[in-house]
Amino acid sequence: MWSLCLKKPTPIHWYAKDLKSSRVVILNRLGLHARPAMAFASMAGSFTCSIQVHRMDNQERVDGKSVMQMLMMACTQGTEIEMEADGVDALEAIAALRQLVESKFEEE
Amino acid sequence: MKLRQLVMEKAIVPGLKSSKRDECIGELLDALMKGGAFKPAQRDDFLKAVIKREKKGSTGFGHGVAVPHVKTLEVKKCVAAIGLHHAGLDFNALDRQPVHAIFLLLSPEDRPELHLAAMEGLFSILTQDQFRKFLRQAKTVADVVTLLEEADANPLVR
Repeated sequence: MWSLCLKKPTPIHWYAKDLKSSRVVILNRLGLHARPAMAFASMAGSFTCSIQVHRMDNQERVDGKSVMQMLMMACTQGTEIEMEADGVDALEAIAALRQLVESKFEEE
Repeated sequence: MKLRQLVMEKAIVPGLKSSKRDECIGELLDALMKGGAFKPAQRDDFLKAVIKREKKGSTGFGHGVAVPHVKTLEVKKCVAAIGLHHAGLDFNALDRQPVHAIFLLLSPEDRPELHLAAMEGLFSILTQDQFRKFLRQAKTVADVVTLLEEADANPLVR
């Protein structure tokens, strides 16, 4: 009988239809230093969706549009990060940022 | 990363004299040199390297702070200088605002992880409004040292 009092769980896609996420590994030798962080933040800033990033070994999220916050993750070569975008252009943002990271920020 | 160990006390310049970016970087390099961070013969090469790096993209990341840096095999560990400029400097910053605090960082070229750890240490305090506010009010080397010690004692809750 108690089960009648419980609300049906809201399907995740109902409220998170614009939320996209993707994991990617930092590949360039020097890691996510100032120039890559700047390239990431400026590309992230060109989208209207919000972009949050965290290291897979740390749940603390930073704003992907802030150079300073991106640098606070201290990602070295081999660090895996997760990018979460929320907004109408989330899919495009994730694809573009993934491409940027995988291209080693065009450093090598 | 303990900031007190990263920042050379002899290279804290509470009142930068010049009103030009490059000359202020020079003042900070002179302070690091006098503190023994590197040999006098390297000073001009470092200045050129820092300016060359700034030309690729300003390290004035906003909120009135800039973190110019150079990677070199001449240092074995990261060392930083701090310069305060009360009037504010044109650093071509991302937010177009004048820069009041310069953190000049020398990092060993062959240890990218040390450079990243130093940047993380610096930005974990520089992203705090309170820290930047107190730093702008600092007048002496002792004021800055106290701020760094407080930041080391109270790391960001993660």
